[in-house]
Amino acid sequence: MLNHLLSGDLPRSRVLAVVLVIILAGLLLTPFIFPGAKALNVAAKICIFIVLVSSFDLLLGYTGIVSFAHTMFFGIGAYGVAIALTRIGPTWKGVAVGVAAALVVSLALSLVIGLFSLRVKAMFYAMITLAVASAFQTMASQFSEITGGEDGLSFKVPELLTPGFSLREAPFLGVSLDGKLITFYLLIAVTVVLFLVMLRIVNSPFGRVLQAIRENEFRAEALGYRTVSYRTSSNVLSAMFATLAGALLALWLRYNGPDTSLSFEIMIDLLLMVVIGGMGTLYGAVVGAAIFIVAQNYLQELMKLASGASIKIPLLRDLVHPDRWLLWLGLLFVLSVYKFPAGIVGKLRLSAWRKRMAQPGA
Amino acid sequence: MNAPATTAVEALPTVKPDRLPLMLLPVLALVALPLIGSTSTWVTLTFAGLAMGMIIFIIASGLTLVFGLMDVLNFGHGVFITLGAFMATSVLGLMTGWTTSGSLLLNLVAVLAAMLVAMSVAGGVGVVFERVIIRPVYGQPLKQILITMGGMIVGEELIKVVWGPEARPLLLPTAFQGSILMGDAAVEKYRLISVVLGLIVFAIMTWVLTHTKVGLLIRAGVQDREMVESLGYRIRRLFIGVFVVGSALAGLGGVMWGLYQQSVIPQLGSQVNVLLFIVIIIGGMGSVTGCFIGAMLVGLLANYTGFLVPKVALFSNILLMVIVLLWRPEGLYPVGKK
Repeated sequence: MLNHLLSGDLPRSRVLAVVLVIILAGLLLTPFIFPGAKALNVAAKICIFIVLVSSFDLLLGYTGIVSFAHTMFFGIGAYGVAIALTRIGPTWKGVAVGVAAALVVSLALSLVIGLFSLRVKAMFYAMITLAVASAFQTMASQFSEITGGEDGLSFKVPELLTPGFSLREAPFLGVSLDGKLITFYLLIAVTVVLFLVMLRIVNSPFGRVLQAIRENEFRAEALGYRTVSYRTSSNVLSAMFATLAGALLALWLRYNGPDTSLSFEIMIDLLLMVVIGGMGTLYGAVVGAAIFIVAQNYLQELMKLASGASIKIPLLRDLVHPDRWLLWLGLLFVLSVYKFPAGIVGKLRLSAWRKRMAQPGA
Repeated sequence: MNAPATTAVEALPTVKPDRLPLMLLPVLALVALPLIGSTSTWVTLTFAGLAMGMIIFIIASGLTLVFGLMDVLNFGHGVFITLGAFMATSVLGLMTGWTTSGSLLLNLVAVLAAMLVAMSVAGGVGVVFERVIIRPVYGQPLKQILITMGGMIVGEELIKVVWGPEARPLLLPTAFQGSILMGDAAVEKYRLISVVLGLIVFAIMTWVLTHTKVGLLIRAGVQDREMVESLGYRIRRLFIGVFVVGSALAGLGGVMWGLYQQSVIPQLGSQVNVLLFIVIIIGGMGSVTGCFIGAMLVGLLANYTGFLVPKVALFSNILLMVIVLLWRPEGLYPVGKK
C-alpha cells in the first residue's frame, strides 16, 4: 500500500524515513504542539515550498535544466488567485477561475520559453530565463491597475478559510477551530497530494527518460527519444506545479506582491533548498525546504546568541551577525555542490546502501 | 623557397569583414533624432547612452572572453563589480581632501588611485575565485552555474560583512561635476570622461587581441581550444590571465558605475548581471566587438526609450535581444565554434 502510494520510490534509508516522518508529523501537529502564529506560518511556508522545490527539482534535478524563471510561475499562480479574488470577490468560483487562468498562462509561457530556447545549451537557457523573469517582475510592478504595483494586492478569501470563521465555539485541545486552521490543513492535504503526483511522474517511464536526458542527452536522443519534447514537457510540468504552489501561497497569506512571490531572492532560496536537500530526489526537496525555512526563521535567533557572546572580536561579530545567515547557507550550498552533489538525501541513501552491502548475505 | 611561400600567404582567402552590425549604432541614433525632435536633447541623450554603454562594455568584455575561451559562464561576475565600487568608496573616502579640493589634478589622482586599487583588488579576488570556485567544475555546465551563483551569494554577503548592508554614497570629485555646453546641449562632464575611458579600454583591448601574440592565442583559443592546446600552448594559464583581467575590468566598471549612480549598494552586482547577459548574448558569446556594439545598443536604447516612452524602457533590453536573435540567432558576431 505504502509502496504503491510512494510509486515504489521508498526512502531507502532508515534515517531518511525517520526524518520524513518527523517532518510530516511536525507539520500535522504544529497547531497543537507549537502555539503561536509564527510557528503556524513557518509550517505553512514549509508546505508551500515543498511543492515549489519539488517542482523545481523535477526540472533541475531530474532533467538537468537550470531555469531562473521558476519564481515567475510561482508568481503567476499567486497573482492569478489574488487578481481573481479581488475582481470576482471571495468565492470558490474566484479561486477556481484564478487557478485555472494562472495555469493557462503558465502553460503558454513555459511552452513558448521551452520551445524557443531549450534547444540551446544549458547556460544559454539559464541566461534567457533570468532575463525573462526579471522582465516579468518589472511588468508585475508596472501594471499597477491590475497587480497593485509594488504594494501588491490584499484580498478576501472564501468565508470557510477566513480567520473569522469558526467550526465550533469551544476550542479543541486548546486550539480554536477557525478558518486559519482549516486553511492550514487544506494546505497540507494539497501538498501531500501534489507531492505524491510528482513522485508518480518522476518514477514513471517518462521520468526515466528525463533522467536519461540528464545523464547523457546525446545517448537518449540516439535511443530514439525526442529529447526536445521531453525537455519541454518537463519544463511545462514543473511550471504547472510551481503555479499551484503560488496559488497556495496567495490563499494562505491573503496577500500577494512582487516581493512575496516574484523576487530573485526566492529564486536563490529555491536553489539552496534543492541543492542542500539533494538534487534528483523529491525527498531532498522536502528535507531541503524544511531545513532551510526553519533556519531562515530560527537560525537568526541562534546567531543573535552567538554574536552576543563573541561581541569583542569585530570581524567575527560581523560574520555571525544575525542578518548574515545567508552567508552560512551560501557556504553550505557551495560545499554541497562540491562534496555531496546528491545533497543530504543522497548522502543518507548512500550510507544506508553501503551498510546493506557490508552485511553478510546481502 | 621563399617566393612560393609568400605567394601562398597572399593567396589565402580572406574573410570579408562583416560590417553590418556596426551600422546599427548610427542607424539607431539617426532614427531616434526625428522622434525626439530637439537636437540638443538628442545630443544629451546620445552621450548619456554612450557613457552607459561604455561602462557596460568594460564590465561585460571580460565575461564574454572568459566564456569564449573556456565555455565558463560566470554568474558571479557581478561580485567583482560590487567589490570595485565599494573599494572606490573606501579609497575616495580616505582622500576626501583631494576629491573636494576643486583642483583637476588632485581629483584625477584620487579617481585614478581608486580605480587602480579597485582593479587590483578585484583582480586579486579573481585569482582566488578562479581557483576555488571555477576550477573544480570545469566542463560541468550545470554545476558551474550553481557554483558561480553560490559564489555570488557568498561574495555579496561578505561585502555586506565588510562594508555593511546599506547604500554608500560615492560622490564625484568636484572637478568632474557639472556639465559642458555643446551648442544648446548640456553634456555632463563625467559622461564625456566615461566615453573617453571606455574608448581607451576598447582600443587597448582590440590592439592586444589583434597585434600581440597573447591576443592571437586568445582569439585562436576562442575559435578552437583543442587546436591551440595541441600546438603546445597551455590554454589554462591563458585562461587564468583572461579571467583575472576580466575581473579587474569588472572592478573598474564598478567604480565607474558607482560614480555614475553616485551611490553603491551591495546588490549592485546581481542587478547588473541580467544586463550583462543580455549584452553578451546580443553580441555573440565570446566576441569582444559584438559585446561592444551590444553594450552601446543597450545604452542608447535605454536612454532614448527612457525619454520617449518610459514604460517601454524597462523592457527595451529584452525587446532588443529578441529582435537581434530573430535576425541573427547566435548574436551579432557569432563566434565560429566546432
